[in-house]
Amino acid sequence: MDEMKWVIRDGWTMSRRSFKHILRNPDALFLSIGLPVVLMLMFVFVFGGAINTGTEYINYVVPGVIITCVGYASSMTAGSVAQDMVGGLFERFRSMPLRPSSLLVGHVIGSFVRNGIGAVIVLVVALLIGFEPNAEFWDWTGIIGYLSLFLLAISWLAVVFGLIAKSVESASAFTFFIMFLPYVSSAFVPTETMPKWLHSFAEHQPMTPLIETLRGFLTGTPIGNSAYLTLLWFGSLLILSIIMATIIFKRKKQE
Amino acid sequence: MNDAIISVKDLKKFYGSQKVLDGINFEVERGQIFALLGENGAGKTTTIRILSTLIRPDEGIAMIDGLDTSREANEVRKRISLTGQYATVDELLTGEENLQMMGHLNHLNRSTVKKRTATLLRQFDLLDAAKKQAKSYSGGMRRRLDIALGLLANPKVIFLDEPTTGLDPRSRLNMWTLIQELAKNGTTIFLTTQYLEEADQLADKIALIHNGKIVVEGTATELKKMIGEEKLVLQFQSPANLMKAHNLLDGQLNHASNSLILTAKDSTEDLRNTLNTLHEQDMMPIDIYFRKPTLEDVFMEITSHKQEGEVKYG
Repeated sequence: MDEMKWVIRDGWTMSRRSFKHILRNPDALFLSIGLPVVLMLMFVFVFGGAINTGTEYINYVVPGVIITCVGYASSMTAGSVAQDMVGGLFERFRSMPLRPSSLLVGHVIGSFVRNGIGAVIVLVVALLIGFEPNAEFWDWTGIIGYLSLFLLAISWLAVVFGLIAKSVESASAFTFFIMFLPYVSSAFVPTETMPKWLHSFAEHQPMTPLIETLRGFLTGTPIGNSAYLTLLWFGSLLILSIIMATIIFKRKKQE
Repeated sequence: MNDAIISVKDLKKFYGSQKVLDGINFEVERGQIFALLGENGAGKTTTIRILSTLIRPDEGIAMIDGLDTSREANEVRKRISLTGQYATVDELLTGEENLQMMGHLNHLNRSTVKKRTATLLRQFDLLDAAKKQAKSYSGGMRRRLDIALGLLANPKVIFLDEPTTGLDPRSRLNMWTLIQELAKNGTTIFLTTQYLEEADQLADKIALIHNGKIVVEGTATELKKMIGEEKLVLQFQSPANLMKAHNLLDGQLNHASNSLILTAKDSTEDLRNTLNTLHEQDMMPIDIYFRKPTLEDVFMEITSHKQEGEVKYG
């Protein structure tokens, strides 16, 4: 119990560090807050007119924009974990009387808070330009729950990639992958409009049920079994990532 | 009573089939500055990594303050600080924030963190830069901050892995002063270096490591006695002349530059005698100069002694 307390306290010290990093790193700040907003404006006002989704496009696209941005920003955690591994901070931690895992916990908490705020900002901008959700209290609870699960799963997966990566640059390959995944889902266009082979990929990849679930909560479209699928996908991804991160971390310690 | 704070017995470490440490032994007394001197790849960093609990030895024991570094690693960690070869300061944080973060991670309370941060910033001459991000720091400042970060926990032993490598001459001198001041407060300092001069300037005790073995151990004076204060270098025109001179004078051969390296115990007297000996045989070197002994000379000296079976050190 005492040990848990210190991991969380040290994790908090480390996440305060991540917040400072974000504020002092204008590129990352823009990417986690500016980019989502720009992306949404672009989809709504530039592409939106040409895409027929049967509803107001803004009501269709908001969940997709949130997921794309939040997922992308969480995946950047891979880079910062790799930086600490390569830069020697990790080594210093290991010669100190504390749990080095607090370093990872710090990165995840930092990513979670930062991107949670990012998601709220995207939502506020969406409301300003005409987004009309009809979510009730329990819908909002569901949105927060599923979004948190997604954020945590991607952040931990990013930690795994950060630990494996030999350099900060190679860690960013993961970021790239996560950024593109939502484009081949139901985030921006209905999957039926895609060619057949792509359509079946888009239907069965984890981003689609997640987005359908959020869309359902926000605007009342049918959710079906998407909620369970999301829970299954990202729940197991989260558990697997934590286990993998722990194993890789232990092995790194013995090098 | 034996007052060794670090004691290392028959330490061995292999990486695959490569023997990195081949049974090293030494002891460091409380409050001493100990220098582990050696070339790149000699085993310095591996030794420091074992002592600072980062890796376990394959054989042998390393004890810090009576505690086993592999079995009681966590207790050892409370007593040490490690500053590696590459500064591990957080570039985006200011010097002050770096110190505060380390203070919190050492689980000191708020007011102690504040007090210790202020003291360390002053002690390490970083007050003016306290509010600036560490990425704007010079190499010397970075290194100082890095060492300061290790001191928040009041360690008994400070490990410094090549603390002056990559520093300009002035920062190097500053670092020497700083290390000496730290030792004055009673902290034991274990440092590694590639420079004989640095070990000589700083250390109470020096161990020379080569190919994973401690080849000589002793005070700087003892080491000096063995290798001589200065070297006299005589360069000859041809290899034939060089060999002829070697028969007359003994000394270390350097075939690449056709020169003979002699230990000059009393410079002028030695020079006269040497030149007289050569003159009698009608030989003259094309170049003659004195120079300070280097790490290479020490190795040459030791290996030649070993061949003659008269090594008394180590």
